Amino acid sequence: MRLPKVFFPGQNLERRLTWADALILLGIVALIGFGVQLAKDAPEVVRGPEISLSPAVLPVYAALSTGRMLAAYLLSLAFSIAYGYWAANSRRASKVLLPLLDILQSVPILSFLPVVLLSLSAILPQKIATELASILLIFTSQAWNLTFSWYQSLTTIPKDLREAAGIFQLNSWMRFKTLQLPFGMIGLIWNSMMSWAGGWFFLMAAEIFNVGERDFRLPGLGSYLQEAAHQGNTRAILFGLATLTLVIVALDQLVWRPFLAWSHRFRLDMVHDEDAPTSWFYDVLMDSSLMARVRRHWIRPMAESFDLWIHRRAEAAPKRVERARRANWTAWVLTGAAAAAIAYGGWRAVGLLVQVPAAGWGQVLLGILTTLLRVTAALAVTLAWTIPVGVAIGTNPRLARWLQPLAQLAASIPATALFPVFLAALVSLAGGLNIAAIALMMAGTQWYLLFNVIAGASAIPRDLHFTAELMKIRGWERWKVFLLPSLFPYLITGSITASGGAWNASIVAEYAQFSGQTLKTLGAGAIIADSTARGDFPLLLAGTLAMVFTVVMVNRLLWRRLYKLAEDRFRMD
Amino acid sequence: MAAPTPLLELQNVTQAYGTGAKRFVAVSGVSLTIYEGEFVALLGPSGCGKSTLLRIITGLQKPSEGRVLYRGQPLTGVNPHATIVFQTFALFPWLTVQHNVELGLKARGVPKPERRERAVALLDKVGLDGFETAFPRELSGGMRQKVGFARAMAVEPELLCLDEPFSALDVLSAETLRGELLDLWTGGELPTKAILLVTHNIEEAVYMADRIVIMDKDPGRVVRDMKVDLPYPRSQKSASFLSVVDAVYAVLAGRTEAEYVEMGTAPGQPGRTRNLPEISISGLAILLELVSQSPTRSANLYDLARELKLDSDELLELAEAAELLGFATIDEGDIRVTEHGVEYAEADVTERKQLFAARIRRLPIFEWLLDMLEKEEDHEMEWDDVQELLEREFPSEEAERNVETVVEWGRYGELFAYDDSREVIYLETPDREERE
Repeated sequence: MRLPKVFFPGQNLERRLTWADALILLGIVALIGFGVQLAKDAPEVVRGPEISLSPAVLPVYAALSTGRMLAAYLLSLAFSIAYGYWAANSRRASKVLLPLLDILQSVPILSFLPVVLLSLSAILPQKIATELASILLIFTSQAWNLTFSWYQSLTTIPKDLREAAGIFQLNSWMRFKTLQLPFGMIGLIWNSMMSWAGGWFFLMAAEIFNVGERDFRLPGLGSYLQEAAHQGNTRAILFGLATLTLVIVALDQLVWRPFLAWSHRFRLDMVHDEDAPTSWFYDVLMDSSLMARVRRHWIRPMAESFDLWIHRRAEAAPKRVERARRANWTAWVLTGAAAAAIAYGGWRAVGLLVQVPAAGWGQVLLGILTTLLRVTAALAVTLAWTIPVGVAIGTNPRLARWLQPLAQLAASIPATALFPVFLAALVSLAGGLNIAAIALMMAGTQWYLLFNVIAGASAIPRDLHFTAELMKIRGWERWKVFLLPSLFPYLITGSITASGGAWNASIVAEYAQFSGQTLKTLGAGAIIADSTARGDFPLLLAGTLAMVFTVVMVNRLLWRRLYKLAEDRFRMD
Repeated sequence: MAAPTPLLELQNVTQAYGTGAKRFVAVSGVSLTIYEGEFVALLGPSGCGKSTLLRIITGLQKPSEGRVLYRGQPLTGVNPHATIVFQTFALFPWLTVQHNVELGLKARGVPKPERRERAVALLDKVGLDGFETAFPRELSGGMRQKVGFARAMAVEPELLCLDEPFSALDVLSAETLRGELLDLWTGGELPTKAILLVTHNIEEAVYMADRIVIMDKDPGRVVRDMKVDLPYPRSQKSASFLSVVDAVYAVLAGRTEAEYVEMGTAPGQPGRTRNLPEISISGLAILLELVSQSPTRSANLYDLARELKLDSDELLELAEAAELLGFATIDEGDIRVTEHGVEYAEADVTERKQLFAARIRRLPIFEWLLDMLEKEEDHEMEWDDVQELLEREFPSEEAERNVETVVEWGRYGELFAYDDSREVIYLETPDREERE
């Protein structure tokens, strides 16, 4: 069975912090500052629509949720292609675009949810605002890895193919269609699958968000599940989960598998691959004579005339130099406007931040530390169970055959969908939400680690196993000299993703409304959610910024270094 | 006979990269005219800038100085009348054979029926009919390059540029493809006005071209322009063929110069630092053993290439290394082993290491590095720092390659050691060993 390629977005590990990073952080401060300004005008009381728990509404709810995902995904795709193209083709623009992307993708996105929801509901009708906020939020969870993958493809196209495109004088469109898009296709599809998985996670959280008197909700699978848990309706919970699983499995079988099977033709290596991904649905489509007719009589002639139309337009296009000069002028105006906006937003943000009392800052600091501890604990517990289990699955093909599909199914259910169910079970235990929050964080992040460990363990060459056996390396020694060093790069990649996910989950894990009561515990996520509820905007800004800053720093100072170490010392190839 | 029409002209073309202290000249002051009807081979060792020159000629790259004229007109952008057959084929793996061939036509806006017809006819001509719907990965190397040729010829170029098109193929496919191309060319079946072949293979150049432009490196420049007046088809065994090959070897191998010229200067010192040849140390030993066994202690380089089954440029690099280390001298395409060389050839493994060490210690670049290591407090230097210093003398790729060679030679001669995990070069001193 094939595993998705382990993805780590740090494209340039050597990159040092530059002025651009500072500017970008300031830009994010300004943006959140703007958002918080707007949020002040948000309505005091928000009532969402009634969420029905009748199983009959499930198809409609499923369609609504999927529609939101699709809208956000298309937006992400368009954004990624444009952004990556720009960054790859303009040396100057890439100086800002790449660090920006780098920071954006390490930011805990759920921490933006309150700000985005409140600010949008201040300027738009509530229904549209909630809808838009959920789409925007999903977008921010889907776009960055797609963009990076696309940018990386664009910049790693082999020189000979680029030269061939040049010598045969392909115009920009033809270059995109015959070279860049095919070359980037496999990366785009794998990352689209990851983006969808990430998107479900945020959609489940974004469909119902309760803060104080404000009840933002959208009809959909996420809100159905939350409402069901709220009412303690086990039957509805089961129906909801079954529908969600069904939707996810159907998308996998009918969309992603066929795409994967199809994209196999875009690989660059020139050898025949025995291990090609297969899809029954793709085979059905390919064998259908109706599809063949559509292709022959509709798609191909249309593509052909479109190509010719572009060709004629390109021939008649004005000379490059003029266009370049105009572009240059536009760039300056845009840069100026952006700089002014950043300066203004930054100033307003500072204005808010000075209103936070010393005690408030102390509270934020304490919250950050607590959440840091909680994230670390979640990671430690996860590592403790995933390493032995992952190694067992990865080194034992027979076990892998039935356990792996099971694990993949379990992993594909977004953890946020299970939060309400877990909450019900966990809050009554000792430690309450304090401990439950750790479990909730784990629910979302353990799979990243498990799959990385499996991938790492199954990548250990057989002869190393034999050697270890022959040398009678057993017990702890076996782990120390053989297994752990082999797994190290995979553990690091998995931990990076997992810790990012845990920070994200803190917003929904540390503050919850359950059966009419509000549960909260000490933590940065709780501060953000709670300050939103109380309308304490300076504290909301301080909390959000502190979390963003902490996560960016942890990534920079800890994970990057470990990742570089893994790359340099523990790589198998 | 009417005066030949010039097709392409290079006037004093120079290609330099970087600026200031980091400026490197890849190609220097090349003037060259290609006439209609010519089959020109551009021949030289790797790193002499022949591929750069090809990119300048086709307009893929703009030279930093000098002019490129096509039919008397200055060239702006990619030359629409030229095309390239690539060493790596550069086929689009996701397009079928037919679509690959049609690509250039499609980019020119040729409508589909005409495109298809021309592609099918060309595939037929190169012997690939029946493979139209295959993907490149289903084909053998030789067949892929045939697709490369068909794709290039589909746009009916006036100037067909071949960038080492046979060097990625197995010997047999390369031989067949060369013959087939020559048949098409001499039979007048190509729409092409002239062919430019870039190669490092001397025999290939002599076998195919009617004019050979020989280049040398550091900096890349033209050193000889010779006609090959042999009738086609050429026999690679005939005496006249061999004498041309010999003559080319003599030009490319040069002759051993005074010692201080051969060894160059230390990095940072005035004068040129010697670019170290890229060789296998065991290959050097085999070469010296073989030549020192002959009664005259000398041999013809071309004969050696055949005997050792080496490419001409591999052998030339070995000869250059032998020359640089004072193990051999070279003159008129012949190599002669010196006393040092004989001693090395007859030594055992440990003695060889010592002899090798003694010889490389004399090279300014090693003197310079050892001196620096002595002066460092802990007697170690990072790879990157050495490379950075060398980047004042070479472009960064070449600087890196030179550090690689220095480390390999130094490790073999046990002048210093190298720690791969920390990427440092260090002197093995007694106290250091105790510490570790």
